[in-house]
Amino acid sequence: MSGQVLTPASEADLAAAIAAASGAGEPLAIEGNGTRRALLRPVQAARTLSTRGLSGITLYRPQELIISARAGTPLPEIESALAEKGQHLIAEPPALSALFGAERPPTIGGLVSTNLSGPRRITGGAMRDHVMGIRAVTGTGEVFRSGGRVLKNVTGLDLCKLLTGAYGTLGVLTEVTLRVLPAPAASGTLAVRVADLAAGVRVLSAGLCSPFGVSGAALLPQGTQDGTAGRPGPLALLRIEDFAESVDYRIGRLRADLAAMGEVSRIEHEESRALWAAVREAGPLGAAPEEAVWRVSVKPTAGPSVAAAAGLDKVLLDWGGGLVWLAGPATPEAHARVVAAAGAAGGSFTLFRAPEPLRAAVAVLPEEPAPLAAIGRRVKAVLDPKGILNPGRMRAGC
Amino acid sequence: MIRLPEPKQAVMARREEIIADLRRLVPGGPLGEAVIGEPLRLKPYETDGLSAYRQPPLAVVLPQTTEEVAAVLRYCHRNGIRVIPRGAGTSLSGGALPLADAVVIGLMRMNRILEVDYENRLAVVEAGVTNLGITNHVAGDGFFYAPDPSSQLACMIGGNVNMNSGGAHCLKYGVTANNLLGLKLVTIEGEILEVGGSHLDAAGYDWMGLLTGSEGQLAIITEVTVRILRAAEGQRAMLAAFKGTEIAGAAVDAIIGSGIIPVALEFMDKPCIHACEAFAHAGYPLDAEALLIIEVEGSTEEQDMLLGKLKDICSRFDPISLKVAQTAEESMAIWKGRKGAFGAVGRISPDYLCMDGTIPTSELPHVLKRIGEMSTQYGLQVANVFHAGDGNLHPLIMFDANDPESFRRAEAFGADILKLCVEVGGCLTGEHGVGVEKRDLMNVQFTRDELRLQRAIKGAFDPDWLLNPAKVFPLEDNPGLQQAA
Repeated sequence: MSGQVLTPASEADLAAAIAAASGAGEPLAIEGNGTRRALLRPVQAARTLSTRGLSGITLYRPQELIISARAGTPLPEIESALAEKGQHLIAEPPALSALFGAERPPTIGGLVSTNLSGPRRITGGAMRDHVMGIRAVTGTGEVFRSGGRVLKNVTGLDLCKLLTGAYGTLGVLTEVTLRVLPAPAASGTLAVRVADLAAGVRVLSAGLCSPFGVSGAALLPQGTQDGTAGRPGPLALLRIEDFAESVDYRIGRLRADLAAMGEVSRIEHEESRALWAAVREAGPLGAAPEEAVWRVSVKPTAGPSVAAAAGLDKVLLDWGGGLVWLAGPATPEAHARVVAAAGAAGGSFTLFRAPEPLRAAVAVLPEEPAPLAAIGRRVKAVLDPKGILNPGRMRAGC
Repeated sequence: MIRLPEPKQAVMARREEIIADLRRLVPGGPLGEAVIGEPLRLKPYETDGLSAYRQPPLAVVLPQTTEEVAAVLRYCHRNGIRVIPRGAGTSLSGGALPLADAVVIGLMRMNRILEVDYENRLAVVEAGVTNLGITNHVAGDGFFYAPDPSSQLACMIGGNVNMNSGGAHCLKYGVTANNLLGLKLVTIEGEILEVGGSHLDAAGYDWMGLLTGSEGQLAIITEVTVRILRAAEGQRAMLAAFKGTEIAGAAVDAIIGSGIIPVALEFMDKPCIHACEAFAHAGYPLDAEALLIIEVEGSTEEQDMLLGKLKDICSRFDPISLKVAQTAEESMAIWKGRKGAFGAVGRISPDYLCMDGTIPTSELPHVLKRIGEMSTQYGLQVANVFHAGDGNLHPLIMFDANDPESFRRAEAFGADILKLCVEVGGCLTGEHGVGVEKRDLMNVQFTRDELRLQRAIKGAFDPDWLLNPAKVFPLEDNPGLQQAA
């Protein structure tokens, strides 16, 4: 972590701190609780600016399916406020505490800035799909808003989406407004034992191409190891969430449809929830502490070939097969194989976790074509002309 | 009336030469002539769905490939010629309104469906494919493309992306931005780029998200990879009529609070009910102050279960009538009036303006009351349809286009409604776009500095302000455009 940590207690103070740093041309590492500090590239900055002093829910209208919170609000605070009204965050964002060994919970600003979504992403949308509005501060200390608190809004350029997933490099979020939904009353999962990953993805596709509203589609190559489940793999998992009557009905129909594809069993409510929470956190990947972790996104049917081409033993597929988690030796050679596999499949990759020397030495995200990279530099120059916000976080030199 | 920038005289003077150059770049082909320059034949392109504004362009080009679009943009960029992208021309905000010195690039000939991949639930289509064309193409296999704006028969996917179009089913399925995987686009310099792809959540900046809803300010989109979804087993609607708008509003709150997310939740006020009933004879109760159409999905048993719950909820709000469709035909009858709402209003008024603000749903009763007061004040009738699930309000202001004073009042009334939407925490436009129509109201929603930032981001894509200029951003305080003129 970078030396001194600034924790302004108001948006105005945060803006002033950035303006001062901008005036001095001094780079700042930007974070919430720093739970994802080890994600992407290390930032070279003498000081860190944290949003954790900006905390608290500012507006919650359950009947409008809208919640606003200051960027530094811890995820559990948001989750418990929503749970009290029977609602939840749609994208099922992972906390990643286990993967990154974080002691504190992530902040809502950090979740939006990194745009990481869990299993429900496949049919429910990503974090960025549910960001209705933001307040943010530019790299010169200027406060701006985009979006608002309504679902349909095409008023002006959508800077919410631009800043979501920008890892704090285009502005520091100070407040976010998210769309939420009623949490389903019941959840059920079908586990289908399959011969290999390709057969597993066929099961997931069959589920996602059914009219039964599947809300999770993951593939565990090793099966489930923990607890009483103990099912050997590879195991294709399909989740249905809704009112209990609907879950029962659709699980029954889907089970009949899938019967020819492998041995099918049903995983009930609580166990189903625990299983998907583990998938969300990439737990079944079983990454050892010293290993690197990659997150590759391809079209679902390409998932198995990416896993094979990467040549790594530890694999977990989510999003119908399109999200490929991989773990293996933290070496440039392994990284090059993952990059090549993702590229051959026309997809995207992130070096998700690795020791600092590897993260600093390689491209942790795909390169952009030159004209797009040029646009990116011009956009960065608009929002952060001195380049002081998280320099080098996503790509070397910018 | 809206102000447009001065035409560039240097461009106007080279008109014949530019048309000849364009003919060389886009020779046409089996579909015939691809460049239109004759004043009479430019006439159909002088306006769009906002027909109050008309301005013939310098020329129209109808390319058939992304490479032709790139060639035209390279040429226009080199020669400082403004460019107006156009799909079907259904924009209700004047998004495709030409300028006298501009070349319109019409994408309607790029209408091929390039790929359908059910296993990965995606389709790759050219920008000129109609919204309904995508669904029609995959419906036989049980799939559909979710966003369904009312113009879906005519409007094109390229325009949908540029306006981030919605429709009646956003509550469950989201808007265009939530149903995209990738875009192929051409920059003003003529560079062909792809963002996103056939996978979710490409790492890096979300260019696709920024381009969606950008109203042709940043690039021209030529190809779109959309998500297609398997349709539910079936759907059915119910109708609930109430004695007051506040009561109907409370019923909406109770429905959402129950944990049910209907696929559609539509609200109509009394003038709208009357107009629709006279037009469609859908059996709407004429003594109701407000009417809800609620649609659910699933198997017949699931529909029964959900409609039963919804009926119980609505019963708590002293409804005038509750009608649950028992068959698909009865469902269609319930929808018939709502789907014909714009036509119905067109029948009772020679002309109407369709507004498009969004409000927090709890503000509906307050907003309708204020709109009613304004209606009296301006002496113009208004009918309101409202996507109650997502807060998108469509007041239809009736006026007579033959009477300039009536049009002026209608515009002022509309502006007041949109200011009210912003005042209660909503926004100027939910799905029609800012275009020219709401351009000068942008400073109601944004500060000068916020608009400066947005303009600068446009400038990062289009430094010379050649792409669809004079839209979205107010003309004053606009160095990019003044410099260009």
